[in-house]
Amino acid sequence: MEKRAKQSDTGIEKLNSKDATVIDAHNISKTYNPGGIPIRAIKNIHLHLSKGEFVALVGPSGSGKTTLLNMIGGLDQPDSGSILINNTDITRLSQAKLVKFRLHHIGFVFQSYNLIPVLTAQENAEFIMLLQKIKKFKRNERIDMLFQAVGLSDKKNVRPSQLSGGQQQRVAVLRALASKPQFVLADEPTANLDSEAAFNLLDIMLKLNKEEGMTYIFSTHDQRVIDRVKRVIKLVDGEVVSDKITDIL
Amino acid sequence: MWIFTLAWKNIWRNKSRTIIVLSAIAFASIISLPASSLKEGIFQNLISNIVGSYSGHIQIHQKGYWQEQTLENGFVSDANLTFKIRQIPEVEHIANRLESFALISSGEITKGAIVLGVDSIEKFQFTRVCDKLIRGIFMDSGQGLLLSEGLSNKMKKNVNDTVVLIGQGYRGSIAADRFIVSGIIRLPSPKLNSGLLVMPLTEAQHFFLADSIVTTTSLLLKKSSDLNQTAHKIRALMNKDHEVMTWEEIMPDIKQHIQTDSINMRIVQLILYMLVGFGIFSTIVIMMSERRAEHGMLLALGMSKLRLQLLLITESLYTVMLGSLLGLLLGAPLVFYLHKFPLRISGAAADAYAKFGFEPIFPTSTDFSIFLYQSLMVFIIGTMVSLYPLSVVHRMKAIFAMKK
Repeated sequence: MEKRAKQSDTGIEKLNSKDATVIDAHNISKTYNPGGIPIRAIKNIHLHLSKGEFVALVGPSGSGKTTLLNMIGGLDQPDSGSILINNTDITRLSQAKLVKFRLHHIGFVFQSYNLIPVLTAQENAEFIMLLQKIKKFKRNERIDMLFQAVGLSDKKNVRPSQLSGGQQQRVAVLRALASKPQFVLADEPTANLDSEAAFNLLDIMLKLNKEEGMTYIFSTHDQRVIDRVKRVIKLVDGEVVSDKITDIL
Repeated sequence: MWIFTLAWKNIWRNKSRTIIVLSAIAFASIISLPASSLKEGIFQNLISNIVGSYSGHIQIHQKGYWQEQTLENGFVSDANLTFKIRQIPEVEHIANRLESFALISSGEITKGAIVLGVDSIEKFQFTRVCDKLIRGIFMDSGQGLLLSEGLSNKMKKNVNDTVVLIGQGYRGSIAADRFIVSGIIRLPSPKLNSGLLVMPLTEAQHFFLADSIVTTTSLLLKKSSDLNQTAHKIRALMNKDHEVMTWEEIMPDIKQHIQTDSINMRIVQLILYMLVGFGIFSTIVIMMSERRAEHGMLLALGMSKLRLQLLLITESLYTVMLGSLLGLLLGAPLVFYLHKFPLRISGAAADAYAKFGFEPIFPTSTDFSIFLYQSLMVFIIGTMVSLYPLSVVHRMKAIFAMKK
């Protein structure tokens, strides 16, 4: 509670109206035991994110960014604490329900794009909607709009191997966004991109963040990302050491 | 539906590897299909040699005849019963015979011979004695008989020559008479070809002084596979005074020979399939390892394990079915060719077959069940090797799998 109050001091309460709460992580901890030596990756973290936020989790390697991101994304379970996403405590969900929850509420963007090589850009982008059994005409409508928004309309029928790294990552972003999830988790999305591609990608994400009010959470130590986000949460040794609203607001 | 499309695309991810796996499966099918078909064809030929030329699929005797094959154990054929048996749909032909033994003599040569009295059904539709004539004619009445080719050679007798038969008639009487050789027949079974003589049933009954007596009612079926069920139906019609025997009971040594050879062939096929199975398995292990991160990513995105497992099973099944289809397409022409132009063996092997009374040819069988069996075996292999990816996915944790 103390930490939460501290976060409120930074002015975040402005964004945290009760209706708009997307993620509410409460007192979560995680300890790993590689080789029998316990390592506390996350220590009693409280995190509150609202709809439309554009947040970066920053910190040195081993600070717990990816672990925290994985737990918010339901890929890993905390040892203690709760993670409420739209008032659903995902730490209490069974594995099968968690998979369904991820499918319908969370978008993922990975560092190495992770597109399916045998599918075209369009097929990759609509993959989540396909899993959600959304009808073809609705998928096409959404995909056309998104490809136009990111300037890849002419690349829809191209396979990932024929796209540049930046273009592949844009398709990966479209895949995450296409089904309109509650929020998008992006783990080092710009790590493999040159500056131009990274800026392009961030511009697109910001544009979609504004237009669709989508919440983004990045795990990054790329300054190019940090400079463009609206809120920066810094982790060190598994603890939140700062949580700031940036000038971009 | 999209799972099937994606699985199809996935199997062509690494074209060279897929082609190698398909070739391995196709090769196994190309070897296994003609081998199975040849095995079945040889056995069917053996059965038709014996069954079609002499014993029939099923025989009805007076009880005790099989233990003591004498005329005293013959019976009077019941027309009403014969009519009922004829109504059984699986039965193709039914014929009455009188079979006994006699000495055939001419000049200084005397030989033992099986005497077979056949009715008009048998003559034209059953064992088709007339089709086996190589010289002369079959006389419906009068004292004419047919000699098997081997016996005619032993007796040094030809068409229109005279022979004398001496034997024991019905109820201890002496049977002796003179006959004219009206024709020579060639039988596929070397054993029968060397010691059989055939005459009309009525003539045989007259010779043995056994009017209306037959020793065997022999049945030919439309399909050999209906043997046991038809025997069961006939047994239900018979009273306790008769015995109904299938050719398998009449010739257990041949049945045993077929069973032993079948087992040997199954073992060879099993080894072949295991080699192919391991080939596919090793490919799947490599594929699973290469695509581990991708599978982890799919789980992370929200694809259920069940869907991922279905995708991987479909990929495996596509591969094995495609390989199998390729094998069938390449192997089938050989099967049909060898069915039309059977292999003919010679030398010691041919002699060995002759000793058993079989025609020394190796035809293939084009029975649909052989093709079905091949496909089924490949399907089972595909399903079994698919258990590995199923197990890997079942244990997979997205977060660990995604780490490259």
